Amino acid sequence: MAIVRDIMPAFELFQPATVDDALRLADKYGKDAWVMAGGLDTFDWLKDRIKRPKVVIDLSQVAELRGVREVSGGLEIGAMTTLTEVVRHPVVREKFSILSTGAEAAASPQIRNQGTIGGNVSQDARCWYYRGGWKCYRAGGNICFADTPTAINREHAILNADRCVAVNPSDSAPALIALEAQMVIRNTHGERVVNAEDYFIGPSIDITRMTVLKPGDLLTAIRIPATWAGAQFYFEKVRDRQVWDFPLMNVASAMVVTGGNIERIRIVVNAAAAHPLRLTAVEDAVRGKPRNAATGEMGGKIAIAGAEPLRYNGYKIPLMRNLVKRAISGVEEAQWT
Amino acid sequence: MDIRAGVVETATSPWGQTVPIHIAFYLIWVAAIGGLAFLMVHAIYVQFIAKKQAHVESASPELAAKVPEKVARHSLAARLFHWIMALAMFALLITAFLPKVGYQFPWVTYHWIAGLVLTASIIFHIIHASFWMDFWSIWPDKIDIEDAKRRWLRATGKAAPAPRKFAKYPMENKMYHLTIVLAGLAVILTGVFMMKRVRTPFFTRNPYLFGDMTWGLMYVLHGLAGVGLIALIMVHIYFALRPEKFVITKSMVFGTIPREHYLEHHDPERWAATK
Repeated sequence: MAIVRDIMPAFELFQPATVDDALRLADKYGKDAWVMAGGLDTFDWLKDRIKRPKVVIDLSQVAELRGVREVSGGLEIGAMTTLTEVVRHPVVREKFSILSTGAEAAASPQIRNQGTIGGNVSQDARCWYYRGGWKCYRAGGNICFADTPTAINREHAILNADRCVAVNPSDSAPALIALEAQMVIRNTHGERVVNAEDYFIGPSIDITRMTVLKPGDLLTAIRIPATWAGAQFYFEKVRDRQVWDFPLMNVASAMVVTGGNIERIRIVVNAAAAHPLRLTAVEDAVRGKPRNAATGEMGGKIAIAGAEPLRYNGYKIPLMRNLVKRAISGVEEAQWT
Repeated sequence: MDIRAGVVETATSPWGQTVPIHIAFYLIWVAAIGGLAFLMVHAIYVQFIAKKQAHVESASPELAAKVPEKVARHSLAARLFHWIMALAMFALLITAFLPKVGYQFPWVTYHWIAGLVLTASIIFHIIHASFWMDFWSIWPDKIDIEDAKRRWLRATGKAAPAPRKFAKYPMENKMYHLTIVLAGLAVILTGVFMMKRVRTPFFTRNPYLFGDMTWGLMYVLHGLAGVGLIALIMVHIYFALRPEKFVITKSMVFGTIPREHYLEHHDPERWAATK
């Protein structure tokens, strides 16, 4: 179905130099506009002729969207900051290393040089039926081709599926949710700030979107509070090819341990559902418990409650159980079972 | 011009066929505006144009004397059915259409649960009406059609005998019921099949139960009947709130209508009054 071509289809290109100009353009063209960050998700869609926007708003010239700034002990990261800049930033590495680990797990060095943190968290689902141009639920149709008796669905969701079974593929998203990050969204009517875990939405809310962004909205920055600075972090990503691949699943946890007991914890998995899943039931269960293998085992079992495998992704259930176990008790303590 | 292109959205199936997938969702607004326009036109007509209805006197003084103070119109079972059905219908319309006009929430589970409540209530109503109620009282009969013709002729200034009083239900009620039966059965039958496309505890999900074209037509029929119900329910609520009809609305709560209303509007020969 997809017609892969090497040349770009025709569209009107805008390269605004300020956020205000970008917002005015996004407001003017609404659904007809495609907002482009690093272009790594965009170019596939456009070259394949699956998405056919009349207008592309390229944010690469908007300097105010770039850079990492220290704010009240935390950080404010411009949405157009590249993943490489995030990975290499000294404060990120020192205080919020889970984010540098997560961002570094995304794609390849070349892609991280071009790809942005805003683009990474806002990228679309990687379901190939959807990417192939089929008119599935996510594309406005009335069927999920990946959730049929004969579908190839090895990478798809085991939790919270609602008609569509595509997953969120971001590696930086679970780290940001673990850090209690906030997403700054602007449009011509003003600014709103949403918690990172509320930025992502599942198909039960809106089957055609991965995030709360609507036409006219722009993710301008990501704020990371000081809350989890210097905590114990864990990030692990499992993928088919170690050099460059989307996650089969990833896990991120931020933890404060006092006297051997887990005092505070946030734990998030991605690629298990259409949006990154914060595992609050696991957090509640392990809080106050000793950080050891038994607590990890318990957390892993709670994490997979209600998981429903598709035809080819049953492996994700033990994968998720083990990743959560390791994220709680650490690799040394946790036996892979 | 292909009218289908305006009211139906299509897609290309994996086999290269162009198949319908659902209605164009602007029809929600068409139905809402259409319903509103009807209400306004009707209200203006009743207020400024309509003449008072004249009826053939039908109740002899002896018969009228036997009519109780309060005439039973709806049994408790019928009233409970009506309000359960109404709640289910509102839940269905809210869960179906609010997300389409911008209020996002997880609607699918609530929608099919409300659909099952509606289905159960309709099955109950069919059985109840068939064996415990006067089944034919809600269907138009020969007298209704003759009287409708008489009313039309008189309303347009032509000579015609006065129409008779109504049986239990006026012709408009009967036509409304017939329309809502068609729309309701369409959404229920298509909706039950559509449950095979989503995850429920009742069925193993199987989107290949029918071909793409059959599924597409089913979605379109579900959508058309659904938006039709928006207008129908607007009209229903409007009539329920109209002052001259309010006594009927109250009977759907309390079960009875007053003797005076009965004698003024109904023909005891066609609908015998009971307590």
